[in-house]
Amino acid sequence: MSNPETLYDKIWRRHEVAKSDDGSALIYIDRHLVHEVTSPQAFEKLELDGRKVRRPDAALAVPDHNVPTTDRSQKIADPLSKKQIDLLRDNVKRWNIELYDMLDSRQGIVHVIGPEQGFTQPGLTLVCGDSHTSTHGAFGALAFGIGTSEVEHVLVTQTLTLKKSRNMRVTVNGILPKGVTAKDMALAIIGKIGTAGATGHVIEFTGDAVRSLSMEGRMTLCNMSIEAGGRAGLIAPDETTFAYLKGRPFTPKAGQWEQALSVWKTLYSDDDAVFDKDVTLDASEIEPQVTWGTSPEQVAPIGAVIPDPTIFEDAGKQEAASRALAYMGLQPGMPLESIAVDHVFIGSCTNSRIEDLREAASVLRGKKIASGIKQALVVPGSGLVKHQAEAEGLDKVFLDAGFEWREPGCSMCLGMNPDKVPPGARCASTSNRNFVGRQGPGSRTHLLSPAMAAAAAITGHLTDIRTIARLEEGAA
Amino acid sequence: MEPFQRVTSIPTPFLRDNVDTDVIIPAEWLKTVSRSGLAKGAFSSIRTLENGDPDPESVFNQPAYKDSQILVAGDNFGCGSSREHAAWALADLGYRCVIAPDFADIFASNAFKNGILTISLDADIVAELAAEGEAGRALVVDLDAQTVTRADGQCHPFTLDPFRRRCLLEGLDEVGLTLQNHGPAIAAFEERQKLEMPWLYRG
Repeated sequence: MSNPETLYDKIWRRHEVAKSDDGSALIYIDRHLVHEVTSPQAFEKLELDGRKVRRPDAALAVPDHNVPTTDRSQKIADPLSKKQIDLLRDNVKRWNIELYDMLDSRQGIVHVIGPEQGFTQPGLTLVCGDSHTSTHGAFGALAFGIGTSEVEHVLVTQTLTLKKSRNMRVTVNGILPKGVTAKDMALAIIGKIGTAGATGHVIEFTGDAVRSLSMEGRMTLCNMSIEAGGRAGLIAPDETTFAYLKGRPFTPKAGQWEQALSVWKTLYSDDDAVFDKDVTLDASEIEPQVTWGTSPEQVAPIGAVIPDPTIFEDAGKQEAASRALAYMGLQPGMPLESIAVDHVFIGSCTNSRIEDLREAASVLRGKKIASGIKQALVVPGSGLVKHQAEAEGLDKVFLDAGFEWREPGCSMCLGMNPDKVPPGARCASTSNRNFVGRQGPGSRTHLLSPAMAAAAAITGHLTDIRTIARLEEGAA
Repeated sequence: MEPFQRVTSIPTPFLRDNVDTDVIIPAEWLKTVSRSGLAKGAFSSIRTLENGDPDPESVFNQPAYKDSQILVAGDNFGCGSSREHAAWALADLGYRCVIAPDFADIFASNAFKNGILTISLDADIVAELAAEGEAGRALVVDLDAQTVTRADGQCHPFTLDPFRRRCLLEGLDEVGLTLQNHGPAIAAFEERQKLEMPWLYRG
C-alpha cells in the first residue's frame, strides 16, 4: 500500500521530471497562458540568448490587461498599451503560438478563456504570468501565477524548478444561505485566515458547500486563493467538472474522452492523507461580505459597522486598519450599509462569467441605478460570455438599468486600460483586490459579489442583497 | 545575473505589514517592455504628496537611505500580483536584499531571479535591524556565511533554499542550467506523456 496522498501530492508527483537532494524538483508544465503585460521581457530575453520556444502547442495567448473595452474597431489610444499588444502579436507570430486577438470572439480575460476553451483540464500543471492563475484550480489543475523570468523558463524548457508547498485544507460544510455566493465564501475565508493565512501552502477546498458550487462558483473561490497567500487553490474534479468540460475545443474527443476520464477520476485526496493546516467553516453562518479597507482581509458581513482599529490585538493590524480607514475616508462605527458609492464595476477574472452576469441581472431587472452613481460598468469576461449574455437578453437588463455594456478585458479591476476609478471616488467592485490605488490612483474599492454590486447600484450605497430580495418577496 | 556574495549598507527601515505589489509598483508602470527604469514609479503612492511633489517624510526620499541596498520590511512583503516589475523596481532603486519576517511566495521567487536576496527572520530581530537603519548604522549581509551582522558585531544566522543560495552566489543562468542538466529527462517525460495523454499534444 502506497502512502496516502493529497490531490496536490498526486499532481506534483506525476509531473516530477527530476528531483534534487535539496528538496526542489523540476516540474513539467503542461499548459501556459500568455498575455501582453508579463511576457515581452521573457520573449526578448530568450531571443537574446539564442533560445527557442520548446512547445508552442502548449501555450495560448490573449491580450486582456490593456485592451480598451469600448469600440474595438478604433485604434488603441494609449501608445504604451498599443506597443505591448503589438509586441504580443509579433512574438506569438514569430513562435507560432495560438492567439485570440482583440476582434476574435474567443478573446477575453486569460482566466476566463482557459476554462471556456477546455484548455484547463484536471490534473494538469498550468501557469500564467498572473497571480490569479489560481482560478484554474477549480478543475483540479495545479495552477499558479509566475513572474516573467519563469515565463521565459517555461517557454524555453516547459518546466520550472520548484520547492514543494505545504498542504492546507479548507472545508466548508453545510448549505450557503440565499443571497450568499462563492464570492462571499471566498471573502469569509480570507477574513478568517488573513491575507498571509495560506502563504507557502496549496489550498484544497472541500466540503459539501464547495462541492455544491457550479464551475463558475468554484472558479471564483479558487481565484481568491492568492488573496489568502495560497500558492494555488484546488478542488477535486467531479461530475460537475466533467460535464462542464465535455465538448469544449481543447478537451479530448470521443475515444480519448474515456481515457481522460479514467485519469481524472483518480484525482482526489486519499481519505487518510495528511494536511499541514486545516480550517473549517460552516456555510450556513456565512453572510454577504464586503471589504472596508485596503486588504482583502479587511472584510466584514454587510450588517456590521466599520471596526475600531483598537479591537485588533496585533499592533501591525491596528496601524494597518487606521491607515486603511484614512485612505478609504471612513470612520469607526459607521454602518457598512451607510457607505455611498460612486462607481459600480461588474467584471474581472473573479466575477465576469455568465453565472455572475445572470446573478447581477436578476437583481437589476426592471430597476434603475441610483442617481448618485457616476458610472456603472459591466465588462463580460470573454467574447463568448458576452454573446451568451446577449442571447439571454442580459445586456438589455443592464442597459435599461443604466449600466454600460462593454467589450471583454481586465478593465477596471486594475485600470491598465482607460477604465479607472478617479481619485477619491468609491467603487463597489466584483474584482479581487482593494489595494491602495488598485482601480486607479487614489481609488477606493469595496469588494463584493455581483448580486451585492447590483444592489449597491440600485440604492446608491452598500446594501444587503437579502433586504432587496425580501422586499421583492413582500411585493410579489 | 549578478552574483551575490556580501552587501554592506545602511538598511532602509520600512516595517509595514502586507506591503502589496501594487504599492511597490502601481499598474500604470506595467506598460513598459523593459526591465529597467522602474525606480521612478517604485512606492509612488507613499513617496508622493497629493500635489505630485516628493513627500520628504517618506523613508524612500530621505538622503540617509539614498544609497541603501538593504530593505528591512514588514510581514508578508510583496503580497498580491505576480508582476516581476516589483522586483525590477527594487533592483532599479538599488536594493540587493530584503529582510522581513515573511514574504509572499511569488514575490520571493521573482526577487531571487533578479539577484535580490530575501531573508526571513523573526519579527523581533527584523524590528531590531530596522532600528539599526534608523540609527544610521550599516548591516553586513553575507550570503556565503548566511549571516546578517550588525555594527556592534551581533550576528543573526539565516536559512535559505540551497538551490537559490547556489544560483545567487554564482550568478547562475537558471534556464541554461535546466537545459544543460535536464534536457534528456524533459524529452523522456514528453515521450511518455504523449502516449498517456495524446490530446495534450497538438501538431
